[in-house]
Amino acid sequence: MEIDLSQFHQVFFEESFEGLDVMEQELLNLEEDSDLENVNTIFRAAHSIKGGSATFNFKDVADFTHVMETLLDEMREGSRPVTREIIDLLLKSVDCLRGMLNKIQDDEPVGEAHCELINSFNLLLSGEAIVETEVNTAAEQAVETQPIAADTTEDLHHYWNIQFIPQSHILETGNEPVRMFRELKGMGVLESTVDVSKVPDFDELVPESCFLSWRLRLDADTEYDTIKEVFEWVEDECELTIDNAEEPEVKKQDVKKQEVEKQGPITESEISVDTVISDKEVTAVETDDIEVSGAEKTTGDSSSDKMESTNAIVSISGAVSNKTSDVAKEKSQKLATETQNSSQAKVKSTAVNEEKKNQKKATSTASIRVGIDKVDTLIDLVGELVITQSMLSELGDNFTMAKLNQLVSGLSELEQNTRELQESVMRIRMLPIGFVFNRLPRMVRDLSSQLGKKVHLAIKGESTELDKTVMEQIGDPLTHLVRNALDHGLESTEQRIAAGKSEEGTVTLNAFHQGGNIVIEVSDNGGGIDPDVIYDKAVEKGMIQQGEELVKEQILGLIMEPGFSTAAVVSDVSGRGVGMDVVKRNINNLGGSVEIESNLGKGTTFTIRLPLTLAILDGQLIRVANEVYVLPLVSIIESIPLSMVEISKIAGDMKVYKLHNEYVPIIDLREEFVIQRGGGANSEGLLAIVEGENRKIALKIDDLMGQQQVVIKSLDSHYKSIQGVSGATILGDGRVSLILDIVGLAKRAAIRANHRREKVA
Amino acid sequence: MTTDIMQIIQDQEVQQIESDLVGQETGSQYLSFVVGDEEFSVSILKVQEIRAWEEPTYLPNSPAYVKGVLNLRGTIVPVMDLRKRFHFKQYRYDTTTVIIILKNQYEDKDCLMGCVVDGVSDVFNLDESTICDVPEYGCDIDSDFTSGIMTVDDHAVTLLNLDNLLNLDLIDHPYSGTGARNV
Amino acid sequence: MTKILAVDDSASMRQMVTFTLKSAGFDVTEASDGVEALKAAQSKAFDVVISDVNMPNMDGLTLVKKLRALGNYKFIPILMLTTESSGDKKQAGRAAGATGWIVKPFNPDQLLATVKKVIS
Repeated sequence: MEIDLSQFHQVFFEESFEGLDVMEQELLNLEEDSDLENVNTIFRAAHSIKGGSATFNFKDVADFTHVMETLLDEMREGSRPVTREIIDLLLKSVDCLRGMLNKIQDDEPVGEAHCELINSFNLLLSGEAIVETEVNTAAEQAVETQPIAADTTEDLHHYWNIQFIPQSHILETGNEPVRMFRELKGMGVLESTVDVSKVPDFDELVPESCFLSWRLRLDADTEYDTIKEVFEWVEDECELTIDNAEEPEVKKQDVKKQEVEKQGPITESEISVDTVISDKEVTAVETDDIEVSGAEKTTGDSSSDKMESTNAIVSISGAVSNKTSDVAKEKSQKLATETQNSSQAKVKSTAVNEEKKNQKKATSTASIRVGIDKVDTLIDLVGELVITQSMLSELGDNFTMAKLNQLVSGLSELEQNTRELQESVMRIRMLPIGFVFNRLPRMVRDLSSQLGKKVHLAIKGESTELDKTVMEQIGDPLTHLVRNALDHGLESTEQRIAAGKSEEGTVTLNAFHQGGNIVIEVSDNGGGIDPDVIYDKAVEKGMIQQGEELVKEQILGLIMEPGFSTAAVVSDVSGRGVGMDVVKRNINNLGGSVEIESNLGKGTTFTIRLPLTLAILDGQLIRVANEVYVLPLVSIIESIPLSMVEISKIAGDMKVYKLHNEYVPIIDLREEFVIQRGGGANSEGLLAIVEGENRKIALKIDDLMGQQQVVIKSLDSHYKSIQGVSGATILGDGRVSLILDIVGLAKRAAIRANHRREKVA
Repeated sequence: MTTDIMQIIQDQEVQQIESDLVGQETGSQYLSFVVGDEEFSVSILKVQEIRAWEEPTYLPNSPAYVKGVLNLRGTIVPVMDLRKRFHFKQYRYDTTTVIIILKNQYEDKDCLMGCVVDGVSDVFNLDESTICDVPEYGCDIDSDFTSGIMTVDDHAVTLLNLDNLLNLDLIDHPYSGTGARNV
Repeated sequence: MTKILAVDDSASMRQMVTFTLKSAGFDVTEASDGVEALKAAQSKAFDVVISDVNMPNMDGLTLVKKLRALGNYKFIPILMLTTESSGDKKQAGRAAGATGWIVKPFNPDQLLATVKKVIS
């Protein structure tokens, strides 16, 4: 049968990468608490990768995982203690395997990186173990080559005497003697004698037990091992003797004669034998293939047919090996060319496969694993939706005003269904944040030993779910924060001891849901950040003026401003600042925010707030002239009728609104966006005070409309992004409405204010 | 009218494929349309669909020829008015006004753009070798936007250069960022 | 149609086995560990069980023992998929009641040949 194994490769890669993640995690756990179950889990993962890679012909991976597995096996049997060196080696191997699999996936050569590791394993496995491995491999190879060896050896015996005395419980392992005999029959002519002497009297007979034994005589061109293989599964449950008997000379010649007479149509089985013996140029593998297909055909035939063709095999092969029959010679030549053709065909099919593979690679897209419960919920909801829909359409077919109430309740049901469906669909994209958290322990381990600090990483709330897209983008900022906490947040061991703290520092990761957000905290119990030092540095950098009054929160916030983080600052100040502005920007880009809280001597906590999903937004619809815009609901602080507002003007005609102790710049959206249609300035209207990235602005709008959830679409998939607009959505009436970006608008206002100021000056 | 043309386009596409297969008919198919007093054309393969005029959603600070964006079955597609792009004085929006949704490659991906025209006129077959160069001073509109003159039924039709016409980098939109991102 | 239960915790191996057997016209049910397999075996009468050895939750050997303890699985062929070719591992399989084994790596043809060998 032709089965293209490459169709399973993608699944293999996916599960192998998952397996490697599991291994890595368990190896890290192993360090703290070596539990046998951990080792078992690691072993299983390595074992699966080995099995899969061997099956799918990724030999380098299979060889590599084989030595890993050998070591892991010793560990789980308890004969090898778990040491840090071994864990180090295994962790390195995990990295190496990941690299190898990535390369294989990209159709690149795997390189030699793993060879060194294999050597380390072999060294560890000690001299004796190495020999054992080699023997194993040799044995495996022997098994592989065996069928070919059996076919090509001259030393084939034609007659075998087999005695088979099974133990009475043989049937209970599902082994049926009849099946084995059938297999023997496939090799040649089988005569059997049943010994019923052990069968007890009828009233003592246990039908589930086997009391028979057999004496068999097999007439076939087979080796001892091939026959033994038939009984391989039961060799411990039976007495078995296999002897080769003398072949009667007369009978052999008979068969030969019979063959010459019977130069009829060539059966497939003949082809197989011919090729094997005559065409030495054909590679072993190909020969094997042909042999198998031939044999399969034979088994499928009816028994009488089978006997005949088997006879044919025996005699033709005999003839060819003796090189006496001209007919056979001719035939073998013909077959040699046929084989060549078939091998050409094979080459062709490989090429086609390759092409297919490339196509596959090009079209491969990211996939997501969804729990079956989530899918079931969806199916249920769709079911309900269908019911509501059919109810409504029936209602519509012969509607009268009397049914108005029904219609109204039907529509509200539809709304309910739709909302639930939407939520469930969104949930499909939600994954536990553990996926991101789990890659941090490894980094902490490596970095802590590099820094010479003792660090404990505590992880909480790893099952908290968030959107896949958000997750993909939060990984790097999070890694960065943890790295900083280790590098700069935690003091050196000496400093900790001097400060009367525990030797081991702790970095804690925590995640939880709060409102429509996910909150991720990265905290350390290190030295904390000194606001005075930050303040001085910021003055030095020209970011603030000496004497400028800032609250502690604002001062700490400075370390996340661009310009603060330079190498010089890092070495001087207690530390933070390396690329912190990038961290902040990334998080802001996701619609989230970062806050810093720090207590001198006690530690620092970074709190990241992120929206659960990027695809949906709780929106407030607003009207400006004839245009409807969407404001993110979370950004709105308050709205005030214009008539109640006192508007001041400051430098260069800039309008501001005094909110508490702050002057908030006013942006008239009609002017800002140059909206011409729908009339001129409106003195009625409202001021909507909105906030983004700690910056407040007041938007002059005409009206507040409804609130609704909107699906965010990007404006720049077919056009360009526009500052002040974060995207677009489609409203209930099918029209496009733009979603406003507060930060962008604030920046626009700031730039223009600067221009004005310059003009005035 | 619009639907008729669409039907023609679809039929022509089928014919195009058929003729490609058989390799008998030479030349390519074009859609011609009227903008102001002039007739223009684009390759039919660049036409995604034709829609009746509807007012798009205004984009802040957009140049006058960018009419805004509209909802094309869930996709946000920009619309520009060719009459304004070509600086024609007269324009009106009435029942024959249509939006031709054109697709073109922009930074290795398909980018859609709606173009407002006064009406579609015909779908025709033309041998590419008969397309003449645009005379240097012979045309009212920016020569970047044209790529040749065709003669169809004894009158001239200007073939548009979509690579430039639809190039987002050539649209000067204040406060806008870089063009269509790779999704 | 011969009903086969294929048990393996590795999705790629499971898919490969299932695909091969289905292509050969067998009725195949999948299970990803011993516990799932046992549940499946109780809800449907399988003619052949093919199981991996190393699996989480319940390994292959335990599965065989439990299956053999169920009345209707006492005599059916149960094949183990194993990378372990050493004698004592095989002995353990036999002791648990496995009919035979298919040594990994195997190709679809080898799998089919072995399965055909045990079905009557």
